[in-house]
Amino acid sequence: MEKKNKIYLLIYAFIILILPIFLSNNYYLMVLNVAALNIIVVIGLNLLTGYAGQISLGHAAFFGLGAYLSAIFTAAFHFPVWPTMMIAMFITGIVAYVIAIPTLKLEGHYLVMATLGFNVIVYIIMIQLDSVTGGPSGFAGIPRLQIGGFIFNSDRRIYYLFWAVSFGVLLLSLNLIRSRVGRALAALSHNEIAAKCSGIDTETYKINIFVISAVLTSLAGSLYAHYITFISPGTFSIFYSIQVVTMVLVGGMGSLWGSIFGAVLLTLLPEFLHSVKEYNVLIYGLVLMVIMVFFPQGLFPGILEVFGQRKKGER
Amino acid sequence: MTFSLQLFQFILSGLTTGSTYALIAIGFSLIHNATGIVNFAQGEFVMLGGMFMVTFYSVLELPMVIAFFLTVFSVAAVGLLLERGPIRQARSKEILILVMITVGASIFIKGLTMIFWGKNPMTLPPFSGEAPLILLEAAIMPQSIWIFGITVCVVVALNYFFKRTMMGKAMRAVAASRRSAMLTGIPVGRMILLSFTLSGALGAVAGIILTPITTTSYDVGVMLGLKGFSAAILGGYGSMPGAVLGGLLLGVLESLASGLISSEYKDALAFLILLMVLFFKPSGVLGKGKLRQV
Repeated sequence: MEKKNKIYLLIYAFIILILPIFLSNNYYLMVLNVAALNIIVVIGLNLLTGYAGQISLGHAAFFGLGAYLSAIFTAAFHFPVWPTMMIAMFITGIVAYVIAIPTLKLEGHYLVMATLGFNVIVYIIMIQLDSVTGGPSGFAGIPRLQIGGFIFNSDRRIYYLFWAVSFGVLLLSLNLIRSRVGRALAALSHNEIAAKCSGIDTETYKINIFVISAVLTSLAGSLYAHYITFISPGTFSIFYSIQVVTMVLVGGMGSLWGSIFGAVLLTLLPEFLHSVKEYNVLIYGLVLMVIMVFFPQGLFPGILEVFGQRKKGER
Repeated sequence: MTFSLQLFQFILSGLTTGSTYALIAIGFSLIHNATGIVNFAQGEFVMLGGMFMVTFYSVLELPMVIAFFLTVFSVAAVGLLLERGPIRQARSKEILILVMITVGASIFIKGLTMIFWGKNPMTLPPFSGEAPLILLEAAIMPQSIWIFGITVCVVVALNYFFKRTMMGKAMRAVAASRRSAMLTGIPVGRMILLSFTLSGALGAVAGIILTPITTTSYDVGVMLGLKGFSAAILGGYGSMPGAVLGGLLLGVLESLASGLISSEYKDALAFLILLMVLFFKPSGVLGKGKLRQV
């Protein structure tokens, strides 16, 4: 298993490195950069969904918290960019912790509702608190990322940065699920009561993984703000939360490689289907419903299973 | 205007919106009791209620009573289809999966509504004029009385249904224990179907009576659903009197907060209350603490 993953990681890193050579158009690079951020969010969410069996419909709010906190501290108060990102992650983590304590003690659907509600509240605050957030017209003039004197001011430079970060997140997550924590989470998602009986503090684990997932999402949000340099509340509405959940479900619960597949596929697909943008909401709803009805483990694993069965049948 | 009169006015308007929250909360409870899931499409039922009524009454110009019942039937049919289709066909009956199916259904309904009815907000004329009535010096819109009256009728009718009719008793049996209900020969599947249909009908009623006051558009469902859910949690999830009490309480609190503190964050209050209840008394005001069996 470990060896197989290492080979996959090498192939994956190789593809990431050589891909920009074939892309002359900056637009494609930009889409891929957004895909890299989505991968970070989706991997974080999948740790929560696939390994702790919880679904959050509030990740757009964590994404937005990261983006807005970074934007406000750096643009309005001239804080340095990188430490601010850490501060944003820290604050988002605390917020997630506060939400998690009451809701994760209860059954799974309470978290779904509470996170959805949280998303709505954050969205309202972004719009109403316009002296700080810029209100519905958005927040402009966010500084770009830089290391020393090197400024990430082109899509190509950002590409390598974002994909490196998302690769790092993948590595960390792959390690996490192979650790004691990961096995505890796997036990918990399989059967919470059995896990509890074998001495796993399931509540603490659930809260921790929720916080980790929110912090990763906050990181992606901060990176997004410094990349686009302009943010507005529309980006952080519930629809984004639903998009990332759908990405997790397309890739399959508990499959980190599947998450990458889901995130990239659902980021690229709408760009190629410009004409149906009006029906975006409709299509996401339908896809989500169909996957959940027919492939509760996720589309990617579901299809693989169907193929597997067919092969067996042929033999 | 004196302060106490102002307060009275806020409470009245809070009871009005609170009544519709109560109807939504009952819808949540019905489906929860039959299946154990939270139906995220509940708010969409309310939105559809307003939309269908606009079509039947304002566009097709049917008489109000006919339009009212046609709307209730249409949305009840949507609830029925939701159960017969995705929920029943689901390969996995795990609660979280079923909940996500209703999330998908809710977005799907929202998308369809956007295509059929467009993005513009729509409204209905009040049922009987706009001249306010004066009650103890406070002004009441006639529509508020309609809302209150219809809610009371619905709650009384539901109470009769659950306490006195065979079918209502069967539904309560399913809520108490699915397995023992099945063993006594109650068609559990049909009761679940009925709970979705009834929830659709309740949502439709809430949407119809609320639209003249608040207007409606394709995207109001989430907020209404969230408030109904908060009301249900506040009162005690799954309990009928709890849903009514929670709805009224939430309506009044919201109205007081927006009148006395700030109206901009009115919508945020419901969620704050939801979190507080989950924090301190997850079983709600009227709920009994329940033990989880292993």
